[in-house]
Amino acid sequence: MGSRLALDDGVYLRNSVQTAAKILVVGHFAVGKTTFIGTMSEIPPLRTEEVMTQAGQGIDDPKGAPGKTTTTVAMDFGRLTLSDQLVLYLFGTPGQQRFVQVWEDMTRGALGALVLVDPERLEDSFPVMDLVEHYGIPYAIAVNRFDGTPVHSVDEIREALDLLPETPVVNCDARDQRSSADSLIALVRYLQSRLN
Amino acid sequence: MTTDDEPELEQEAAELVRPYVITNGRDLLDDQQFSLITLVTVHPEPPRTKPLDPERLGVLDLCSGGFLSIAEIAGHTRLPVGVVKILVSDLVHEGHLCSRAPVPSAQLVDRQILEEVLNGLQARFG
Ligand SMILES: Nc1nc2c(ncn2[C@@H]2O[C@H](COP(=O)(O)OP(=O)(O)OP(=O)(O)O)[C@@H](O)[C@H]2O)c(=O)[nH]1
Ligand SMILES: [Mg+2]
Repeated sequence: MGSRLALDDGVYLRNSVQTAAKILVVGHFAVGKTTFIGTMSEIPPLRTEEVMTQAGQGIDDPKGAPGKTTTTVAMDFGRLTLSDQLVLYLFGTPGQQRFVQVWEDMTRGALGALVLVDPERLEDSFPVMDLVEHYGIPYAIAVNRFDGTPVHSVDEIREALDLLPETPVVNCDARDQRSSADSLIALVRYLQSRLN
Repeated sequence: MTTDDEPELEQEAAELVRPYVITNGRDLLDDQQFSLITLVTVHPEPPRTKPLDPERLGVLDLCSGGFLSIAEIAGHTRLPVGVVKILVSDLVHEGHLCSRAPVPSAQLVDRQILEEVLNGLQARFG
């Protein structure tokens, strides 16, 4: 024997953990998904890769050529043990393309999604918002402010993104744990309000 | 949204040589038995014989340290999630691994989970 691949204790969940929940962290290219997950995760973030068939006619690209191409899509994720018996996983996936199987896998059983948006590139967020809505995932918007960008009011952003009045919009610095946790808390409160 | 092209998706994924070999040519699972966040660990009373192939053995060894999700197993082994699901499914059927029962997605359950997520986030970061 002696060929154990078992890893350090910190890698594993507490034995008491019974339930796993999932929240998605989504957004367009370079909006801060990986940063957010790294900020919040209790383990070094992990990454999985799937070889995917991408539908040629995506909802984000109605003029796309018919037919299919295979692409590798990476999904990064982190973990947060929130009580003796509950663990929360945060999954991040780019939203600018339509990877059917990744999205089906990722959205199945998800409590909700945090959609990271860059206020300077709001229109880039439409494809991922379409996807999240398509899969029926309730979401909150986290506005990731990058240094030196002009400040937009929440109302301006709400209007530009054409949000429902109840959709939460929060400001977020994905590099900051407190700020990132606050965005998750805003999302979870919203999810709770929808059940009432 | 076209769901009727799923068999085709699976077929194309299965054509990828390595995963196909690892899983002995079986189709990728289309059932919902394992999700990304299904938690698994070694069975407390495992069979006496270990699996022979290195991929199953690798997953089994990895899981010997405690509970991990399917996604984490994929991340640590660098195998695609679809392949990990098959390997874990086999190992569960053979009695090497066991999984935490999946949570039914009822509203009542969601309510409890959301409450616990909120409390946990506030306790940890509030
Ligand atoms: N100022 C500022 N910079 C940020 C913030 N979040 C991320 N960044 C920076 O933005 C860049 C992209 O962040 P990533 O976390 O890699 O973005 P991503 O969404 O994972 O990108 P892709 O996976 O390539 O789509 C990095 O250089 C981060 O340091 C933020 O809240 N504020
Ligand atoms: Mg990233």
